[in-house]
Amino acid sequence: MSRNPLIREVPPTTWFFRHPRYVRYMAREVTSLFVGAYCVLLVVAMQRLSAGPAAWQGFLDALRGPAGIVFHLLAMAAAFYHAGTWFNATQKAMPLQIGEEFVNGSYISGAHYLVWAVLSVAVLFFTGVF
Amino acid sequence: MKERLVQLEVLRYNPDTDTEAHFQRYEVMCQEEWVVLDALNKVKESIDPTLNYRWSCHMAVCGSCGMMINGEPKLSCHAFLRSYEGVIRVEPLTHFPVERDLVTAPDDFMEKLKRVKPYVITKQKKPIEEGEYKQTPAQLMKFRQYSMCINCMLCYAACPEYGLTPHFVGPAALTLAHRYNLDSRDEGRKERMEVVATREGVWECTFVGACSEVCPAHVDPASALQQLKIVGSIDWIVEHLLPGGKSAGDTVSRKNAGDIP
Repeated sequence: MSRNPLIREVPPTTWFFRHPRYVRYMAREVTSLFVGAYCVLLVVAMQRLSAGPAAWQGFLDALRGPAGIVFHLLAMAAAFYHAGTWFNATQKAMPLQIGEEFVNGSYISGAHYLVWAVLSVAVLFFTGVF
Repeated sequence: MKERLVQLEVLRYNPDTDTEAHFQRYEVMCQEEWVVLDALNKVKESIDPTLNYRWSCHMAVCGSCGMMINGEPKLSCHAFLRSYEGVIRVEPLTHFPVERDLVTAPDDFMEKLKRVKPYVITKQKKPIEEGEYKQTPAQLMKFRQYSMCINCMLCYAACPEYGLTPHFVGPAALTLAHRYNLDSRDEGRKERMEVVATREGVWECTFVGACSEVCPAHVDPASALQQLKIVGSIDWIVEHLLPGGKSAGDTVSRKNAGDIP
């Protein structure tokens, strides 16, 4: 008897609707677009800054508009979510074995969250927010 | 004993007569504490002897009875009927060619498993008179979790990366490569990394994490793959950026193995 196996193709563009875990994965991937867009915004900011005080002021005024505020809120939410998935992954990527036991993964991720919080406060402090 | 009428919708495919698969509905009386595999066995015994599927141990050890149950990769001996309401849809594991009904062809996985050399490799065989290869409990714990794989291929059915790019070596094979790389008795890391640290190896993984969510043996393949990415990156830096850096060798593995003095 010869073999005649059936190949069931994966839909190349809609596969992630098959299961909620794939939708969550795609949501994580999409957040990187906002992070990337914010990087572009920072490059534009540097360009505006080098173009003189008037250009810089115009840039700041544009950011204070509704579109600028909405973009910043979206980018911040995306960055938080993206960072969270990254820090949650650290316990899988960097397990710590002491003797025969592994350190509870929540300590490894927790340490990353702590360092993130400390660095964020330091940045806010040095930029004169408080 | 409490009984319940269970409705199964099973994917059927006959390679001799069919060009496409179709679903067939079965209604069968089952005991409440049964698993999906029991229901399939009852169908085969009492309704349709032509139904094909694989199984062996009925205790989540052999890894033979993997199927998609309501769209989720599961061992059918580990899928309790009480967890499901309404019609239970049973399909063969996705991402694998269907031989017949619920039987898939594991050839691709077996070939990939061979490529990563999932066995202890030593450069020089030790004579039996010198005794066994000793290992401390700490050295064992380093890889023990990754040695629990039962080759059931549920992780391949869950991994969208494997579904979209079939040349991906995949979760279970890469995890077993990691398991042997971490073994203090092993000296075959360099050979394995030639397969692992490649585009179709670990770098095809985008960390969806589905492999770990469906693994019935709690192996957590996603963690093994992320660790392999770090190992591969360090190897690359050592080889390309450090003066006098050697290519990925066994020395790194031996140094970290914590050999018994």
